[in-house]
Amino acid sequence: MATEIGRRGILAGATLLATPGLVRAQGEAIRIGEINSYTAQPAFLAPYRNAWVLAVEQVNAAGGINGRRLETVFRDDAGRPEDAVRHAGELVNAERVHLLAGGFLSNVGLAIGDFARQNRRLFVASEPLTDALVWAQGNRYTFRLRPSTYMQAAMLVEEAAKLPARRWATVAPNYEYGQSAVRWFKELLTRAKPDVQFVGDQFPALGRIDAGATVQALASTTPDAIFNVTFGADLTNFVRQGNTRGLFERRRVVSVLTGEPEYLLPLGDEAPENWIVTGYPWEDLNTPGHVTFRDAYRQRWNEAPRLGSVVAYDTVSAIAAMLRKTGANTETEGMVEAMRGLSFPTAFGTGDVTFRAVDHQSTLGAYVGRTALRNGRGTMVDWRYADGARYLPADEVVRGLRPQG
Amino acid sequence: MEDLLIQALNGLASASSLFLVASGLTVIFGVSRIVNFAHGSFYMLGAYLGWTLVTRLPEGLAGTPFGFWGGVLLAALITGLIGMVVEMLLLRRIYGSPELFQLLATFGVVLVVQDLALMAWGPQDLLGPRAPLLRGSTDLLGLRFPRYELFLICVGPVVLGLLWLLFHRTRWGRLVRAATQDREMVSALGIDQRRLFTGVFFLGSLLAGLGGALQLPRESVNLHMDLAIITEAFVVVVVGGLGSLGGAFLAALLIGELHAFGILILPKITLVLVFLVMAVVLVVRPHGLLGRASAPVRGAAAAPDPPVGPTPRPLVIAGFAALALLIVVPPFLRDYEVSILVDLAVFVLFAASLHFIMGPGGMASFGHAAYFGAGAYGAALLVKHLAAPMGIGLAAAPLAAGLLGLAFGWFCVRLSGVYAAMLTLAFAQIAWSVAFQWVEVTGGDNGILGVWPAAWANTKLVYFYLTLALCLGGTLLLRRVVRAPFGMALRAQRDSTLRAEAIGIDGFRIRWLAFALAAAMAGIAGGLFAYAKGSVFPTYLAISRSVDALLMVLLGGVQTLSGPILGAIGFAGMQEQLMRASDLWRLIMGGVIIALVLFFPQGLAGAVRRLWEGRRA
Repeated sequence: MATEIGRRGILAGATLLATPGLVRAQGEAIRIGEINSYTAQPAFLAPYRNAWVLAVEQVNAAGGINGRRLETVFRDDAGRPEDAVRHAGELVNAERVHLLAGGFLSNVGLAIGDFARQNRRLFVASEPLTDALVWAQGNRYTFRLRPSTYMQAAMLVEEAAKLPARRWATVAPNYEYGQSAVRWFKELLTRAKPDVQFVGDQFPALGRIDAGATVQALASTTPDAIFNVTFGADLTNFVRQGNTRGLFERRRVVSVLTGEPEYLLPLGDEAPENWIVTGYPWEDLNTPGHVTFRDAYRQRWNEAPRLGSVVAYDTVSAIAAMLRKTGANTETEGMVEAMRGLSFPTAFGTGDVTFRAVDHQSTLGAYVGRTALRNGRGTMVDWRYADGARYLPADEVVRGLRPQG
Repeated sequence: MEDLLIQALNGLASASSLFLVASGLTVIFGVSRIVNFAHGSFYMLGAYLGWTLVTRLPEGLAGTPFGFWGGVLLAALITGLIGMVVEMLLLRRIYGSPELFQLLATFGVVLVVQDLALMAWGPQDLLGPRAPLLRGSTDLLGLRFPRYELFLICVGPVVLGLLWLLFHRTRWGRLVRAATQDREMVSALGIDQRRLFTGVFFLGSLLAGLGGALQLPRESVNLHMDLAIITEAFVVVVVGGLGSLGGAFLAALLIGELHAFGILILPKITLVLVFLVMAVVLVVRPHGLLGRASAPVRGAAAAPDPPVGPTPRPLVIAGFAALALLIVVPPFLRDYEVSILVDLAVFVLFAASLHFIMGPGGMASFGHAAYFGAGAYGAALLVKHLAAPMGIGLAAAPLAAGLLGLAFGWFCVRLSGVYAAMLTLAFAQIAWSVAFQWVEVTGGDNGILGVWPAAWANTKLVYFYLTLALCLGGTLLLRRVVRAPFGMALRAQRDSTLRAEAIGIDGFRIRWLAFALAAAMAGIAGGLFAYAKGSVFPTYLAISRSVDALLMVLLGGVQTLSGPILGAIGFAGMQEQLMRASDLWRLIMGGVIIALVLFFPQGLAGAVRRLWEGRRA
C-alpha cells in the first residue's frame, strides 16, 4: 500500500500518462522498496521523499523503463534497525519489490545491507555515511551513493592542512559517525601535516549537547582551530553558545556537512561565518543540470531542494540507469552486475558519477567552501566541487578493508 | 582556575534548566503518584508555543522585552491549561487503576503530541530569538559568560522559593503537601481531591511549559525535545527523592555540576553519567537524597491483585485451539507473515517475563530491555568472536541475561516502587552504554551483523517452530512457577512483607531469584530475536524497548496471567500494522492507546475476565 505522498505521486504520474502524445508505459511495474526513518528524522527526510517522488514521476512520464513503470513502496523504520529488517522482509516477500533502497542512519543501513547479503537482494543505500557499509561490512548486494565519512573527512583535511593552525580541538556527537569522523580527520591531517597537535576532544551525547559546558571545555584547551562534527539541534546550540562566548573568534573552524541547507538554514542569521565546510550551495550552483533539477523541484513542491533532495533524486537516477542497462530485467544478479561500474547523471549537473566496482561506493562528491551570511541567512561562498573519486584510498587499500569473495 | 569557576557556573545554568522541568514532575508525582511520561511533551509544547508567541508578535511588540517575556509566560500558562485538560479528560478517569497503569495513558499522549507538533510546526528545527536585555555576555574573571545563563542560574532558586512559599504559606499548598503524605486522609477530611489533582496538574504542566519556553534563547526548538528531557527529568526527581522539591533542586545541582566537570576529564561519559549518578545515589540512599519512605500506594481505590486460581477451562480450550492453529496454519502462510509470528512469539515471552516480576513479584522494571539485549548480545558475541553455532548461541542467551539479572537484581530488589524501577533503568542504561561505546567488542552503535540461524533452521517456517517451542515453553514455565511454592512465596511477600517474613519467607532471596529468572527468560527472547533479525544493535536494550515491554504488560493487564500474552500481541501487532498503513501511525496508535485505557482500565485481559465473570455471576 502506498502512503500519502506516494499515492499523490502515483496519481500525478497517472495524469501525465493519460496526456496524449506521451508514450504509455506498459508491462508489469518495477517496484522499489524504500525504507527510511521518516518519523524519526522528518527534517531531513521530507525533502528527500519529495525529490524521490519527483524523480519517479519524471521517469514514468518519459515512458518508464522499456515501457515498465517505476513504483515505490515507502516504509518508516522509526530509527530502529530491527524494524528496518522487518520491513525489508515484508517488502521483498509480501510486496514483491524488485530491489531495496533508502536508509538514513548508519546502523539501519548496515542492517538492511546484511539482510540484502543474506537474502541475495539488491540494496541501494542512499544516505548512510558509515564506512563500514562498503568496507568492513561491504557485500556483493549493497551499494552506497553518498560520500562516506572517510571521504568527507578527506575533503576537509585537504583544506585544513593549508591553515597555519597547529593546535586542534575536536567536537563530535558520541556515536559511530562522530567517532569515525574524528578518527579519520586526525589520521589524515597528521599524515598531511605531521606537526599538528590535538589538544582536546569533546563527545556530547547526540541530540543532548550541554552546549555551554562543551564550549567552555573546548575553549580551555586554547586550540588554534576546531574540527566540528555536530549537526542538527546540537550544532545550533553549540553555535549559539560559541558565538556568545567568543569561542570562534580568531579561530578557524572546519566542519563536516554544515554547508548543507538542512543544517545551515535553521541557524538563520546566527549562521557562523568563515567556517570551512562540506555542503551544497543550492542557490548559486548554476550548472544546466542543477538548474533544471532545481526548477522542476520548485515547481513540484514550491520550495528549494535540500541536499537530501539531491541524494534521493540521484538514487532514483542511478536505479533507472541500472534498469536501462539490464533492459528492465529485474533479476537480482543481473542488476548487481549492472550496478558495478554504472555511470549515471547527478542533480549537481557536474557530469556522470560511477558506482565503483571495487567497493560499490559511488564517486558522487560534495562541495567544499566557506560559510557566509547573505540576506540574513547562511550560505556557502568560494565553493568548489570535490569529486568523490579523488578522495578515496587506492584500490589495493580498499581491497584490504573489504572482505573479498 | 578561572576556567573551572566558569565551568561551575555552566553547571549551575544547566541545573536550573533541569530543575524547572523536574519540579513540575515531582509535584505531580508527589500528589497523584502518576509516572507522567507526557511531562516531556509539555516541555516541548511550552517551547513551541513560546516560539510561536514570540516570533509572531504584532508590529511594535516584536523585539520588545514586554513582547518576549509576555510570550514566555503566556506559553507556560497555555501549557498549564493543556495539562489541566489532559488530567480532566483522561487521567481523572483512571486513578483507580492498578499502579503504573496511568503511565500507559501518558505514553499515548506522548505519541499524539509528537505527530501534532510535527503537523503544527513542521519538521525543521526552529531557532528562537535571543532574550531582550540579556542578549550578549558579561566579562567574568576575564572570560565571557552569557548574560542569559546568569539569568537562568537565578531562575532556579527563585522558582524554588516561590514554590516553597506556595506550599507553606497558602491553604492550597498545605493541602497539596498533606495529599503528598496521605491521600486517603485528606480525602477523608472532606477535601475535594479532584480539584486538588487538577490544580496540581495545572501547576506541574505550567512549570514544564515554562522550562521549555525559557530554553528559547539558548537552544533550538525541535521534535526530539520531549524524549531528550523526560528521562533526565525523571532521574532528577528520583535522585532527589520523589515528591521532594528541595531534593529535586539538590539533584539537579549535583547532575549539572558533575556533568560540567565530568566532560573535562572523560569526554565520552556524556551518555551514561546521569544514570551512574542515579545508580550510586539509589544504592546508597534507597529513597533518594531527601525522599522519605512512604507506605506503598497501589492506586487510590485499586483492589489488591486477585488470587491466582487454576486456569479456567474455557481458557485452556482456547489456548489449545490457538496452539493447534499456530502449528497447522503457518505452512500455508507467506514468509513475511511467518516472520511476524516469530516477532510476536518473542514479544510474548519478553512481556511475560516482565509480567512475572511486575505482577506476581510486585516490582516494576523500567529497564527490562537490558536482559533482552543481554540475551541478544550474549548470542551475537559468541557468533562474532568465536563463530559459535546457533545452538550454543541460544543456550548462552539465557545464561548471559540471567547472570546480568543476578548482578543487577541484587541491588534493585532491595528497593521498592518507582525507586526500584528507576534503578533497573539506571542499570539498563549502563548496560546500553557499554554496548554502545565498547566498539572493539560490541561494534558500537553499528552493531553486530551476520547473526543468522544455522542451516537447518534457516527457513522461516522451521525457525518459527523453534521460536514457538522455546517461547511457549518459557511462558508456560513462568505460569507454572507462579503456581508453584516459589510463586506462592513471591506473591506472599508482595501482598504482605511483614507476614511473609513472619512465616519464614526470605523476601529478598525470593525477589532476587525471581528477578534473575525473569531476566533469563527475557534473554531467551532476545537471543531468538537476534537470530530472527540477523543482527544485534544497542537499540535492543534502549529505553524505548523497555518502555515497549512495560506498555505490553500494562495494556494486557498486570493482574492476569494471560495479560502479557494479549498485551504483546495487541501492542506489537498494532504497531506493525499501523507503521505500514500510515505515516501518522504515532497519532493513531496514541489515540488507540488512550481509548483502550479509558474503556479497559484493567487492561485487555482484565476486561475479558470481567466480561467472563460478569456472565457467570
